[in-house]
Amino acid sequence: MNVNTAFSAGRLTLYLSGELDHHAAREAARTIDELLDEYLPRDCAVDMSGLSFMDSSGIAVLVRISRRLRDVGGRVWIENPSGQPRRVIDASGIDRLVPVAAGR
Amino acid sequence: MNAINYIKLEFPSLSCNEAFARTAAAAFAAHLDPTLEELGDVKTAVSEAVTNCIVHAYPDAVGRIGLRLRILHDGQLEIAVRDWGCGIEDVEQAMKPLYTTGGDERGGMGFTIMESFMDRLRVRSRPGKGTTVVMLRTIRSRRKRA
Repeated sequence: MNVNTAFSAGRLTLYLSGELDHHAAREAARTIDELLDEYLPRDCAVDMSGLSFMDSSGIAVLVRISRRLRDVGGRVWIENPSGQPRRVIDASGIDRLVPVAAGR
Repeated sequence: MNAINYIKLEFPSLSCNEAFARTAAAAFAAHLDPTLEELGDVKTAVSEAVTNCIVHAYPDAVGRIGLRLRILHDGQLEIAVRDWGCGIEDVEQAMKPLYTTGGDERGGMGFTIMESFMDRLRVRSRPGKGTTVVMLRTIRSRRKRA
């Protein structure tokens, strides 16, 4: 599990890659917390194009990011989910809280 | 019910075994010639069930987790995940979406995802004795579909 970033005009993009399960989630959540503290973004995009596996632990990570952004009046959304992670997003209904960006 | 093929695994409730368990399950399920999507569903369900054992059955200790997969008739895959941990007082409540005792690191979506990815899900639990989750999923072989 890796988290890479790009920051531009108040928008932080988190590029998640590898497998996001319970084992990986604690460190991923800590890394993301530190990145949010460092960049203080207004908006946050979670890019999942490099994510090969995610379970409900990943949903909990998304909820956590969403809470942090909401606290400062920011927005968070998901970009480029596919395959297995996309099915987990659909089954969980997390897209009602963290929308999937259309047409990406 | 007679199984055509089966595996039984036992491992300690260490979180590094989550990836091992779902990968082993997928390797066994490959006998049924599943699609990539079906394989992903099997991996997801196993990951959720094993994570539940690690987080909830043995919250303060390392215990045993049993994983058994059986191929029944007509491409039916049965997945059983068992622990000998603390058990669940109220199974019905535990299975409700968003219900969790795991704090904000957990989302309470584990059973919801298992239910939506499997054809059938049965949970048997006795407080102080442990929990068994049995899931069924029919794999429609790609060869037969073609």
